[in-house]
Amino acid sequence: MSDRLRVKKTYKLYVGGKFPRSESGRSYAVSSPDGTELANAALASRKDGRDAVAAARKAQRPWAGQTAYLRGQILYRAAEMLEGRAGQFAEEVAETGGVEPGAALAVVEAAIDRLVHFAGWTDKYTSVLGGANPVAGPYFNHTTPEPLGVIAVVAPQDDPFLGFVEAVAPAIATGNTVVVLASESKPLPALSFGEVLATSDLPGGVVNILSGKAAEVAPHLAAHADVNGLDLSGVADADLAASLEAAAAETLKVVRRPGKPGTSLDLLRQWTEYKTVWHPAGMAAAAGGAY
Amino acid sequence: MGSILSGAEAASLVRALPGVDAVGLEARAAGLATRSVKAESKAKAIDLAISMIDLTTLEGADTPGKVRSLASKAMRPDGDAPATAAVCVYPAMVAVAAEALQGSGVKVASVATGFPAGQVPLDIRLADTEAAVRAGADEIDMVISRGAFLAGDLERVFHEIKAVKAASGDARLKVILETGELVTYDDVRRASWLAMYAGADFIKTSTGKVGVNATLPVTLLMLQAVRDFRALTGTQVGVKPAGGIRNTKDAIKYLVCVNEVLGDDWLSNEWFRFGASSLLNDLLMQRQKLKTGHYSGPDYVTVD
Repeated sequence: MSDRLRVKKTYKLYVGGKFPRSESGRSYAVSSPDGTELANAALASRKDGRDAVAAARKAQRPWAGQTAYLRGQILYRAAEMLEGRAGQFAEEVAETGGVEPGAALAVVEAAIDRLVHFAGWTDKYTSVLGGANPVAGPYFNHTTPEPLGVIAVVAPQDDPFLGFVEAVAPAIATGNTVVVLASESKPLPALSFGEVLATSDLPGGVVNILSGKAAEVAPHLAAHADVNGLDLSGVADADLAASLEAAAAETLKVVRRPGKPGTSLDLLRQWTEYKTVWHPAGMAAAAGGAY
Repeated sequence: MGSILSGAEAASLVRALPGVDAVGLEARAAGLATRSVKAESKAKAIDLAISMIDLTTLEGADTPGKVRSLASKAMRPDGDAPATAAVCVYPAMVAVAAEALQGSGVKVASVATGFPAGQVPLDIRLADTEAAVRAGADEIDMVISRGAFLAGDLERVFHEIKAVKAASGDARLKVILETGELVTYDDVRRASWLAMYAGADFIKTSTGKVGVNATLPVTLLMLQAVRDFRALTGTQVGVKPAGGIRNTKDAIKYLVCVNEVLGDDWLSNEWFRFGASSLLNDLLMQRQKLKTGHYSGPDYVTVD
């Protein structure tokens, strides 16, 4: 047996395309369900949340301005990168969740398939959700779904990887940017997923991943005036969910309540808003494009 | 105040200034930048910083409409926030700004003297200044001839500042040193003193048009220069860092430096200004954060 000292990985946050430690300097120990200590993860603070929202805001307009085709290519690229590292992710899912290795690999493969699935949706959902409306006048009338902007997500607690990917992929597929609080007790696979995204040509700031206590950070994200949507699907505590929803109401956010997700189309529609445009029929060609 | 010195006297005084301890200066600036200002003091600092802003637009694409909207924002930035100190525009836009700001107490500042390079003949630079004053400018932001300064012709720079001061009449004169082009701290110190000897009412770091704009160490050095100048001559001169100050944190660092080096005498918009445009929105967002308890965002301030 080698007496070599193993180099342990430091799990850091993923904010604005970089991997910072928490601004607060804090960290916390992450253990497997049987109590074995696995690693230390950064314990994000209110200010890390603020920085992440600023990074997400900065990235949002350019990301929404990319072609749907390119957004799909990048999501597909993330699936490719994940495929190559499936072994590592399966190990992390198995260790943190106390899952059998075979079952863990199935979770990772399901996550890869979900990424490919939503990569395919990027250039299709506008046709399915939007369209040309019949109107009684000489106008072209279109409705298109547009991204809401910055979405704060509390990722599922007990489904730390597949649930995370399912929360993030539909939001960014439609041109939103996200700030995600990974599962509090099982953040490792989500934090490693940041490395996959960073090497998938995904622009920095489109996905920002924080690890820490939902009860500490989420209230500030919920009340943040520059956050447009709030996904509470990972909030287990009903009172906390209610108070977060109340805080979000102050600043007019779209809120997704805890509970099982709907269909893919529901997930895509969740973080879009409809824009309807009237064009005088004879002017559409002169206008050159949609708007 | 016009200068009583001759060009040769001023140049020799300036040449005799001691060199700057660059390491010490930067360490001092970095040390002051770590001060944390919280809660009520922060609220006061934010309002003070807003009241010190010369809200600036210096673009080829400036239109009367843009200047008017900037003027409205300067007079009433947001709810009960204080007005800014001035609106700073090109000479061609002074009349528009003066009309929009009439009676509001917000001053009209105009860049002049062939801004930003200053590489035009002196008679044209003086005519530029006179035209701005005639159109209603309360303050003139002139640029020095960096070319002459760097060539060692301090006397020419001195005489030009004196001439522009005379052409400005009652308007207060801010002298832009363009510290990014002077490069060394020694030259910043020399240029500061030269401008003050020639009758500057304010010394200002930068035009905002070159790569390096206001930095904390350079501003600290200029604050020390005005302190020493008052101790020596009894004349108080203001300081205006400009360019690159974009957020509340930076603005508060500058205020800490003013307080530490100069004290209360300079902590008003009579003697300290920020040349800025995007800084105002960040200050307003921080102000909203303190009022509402939650973070604000760019949707809650105007688009400039």
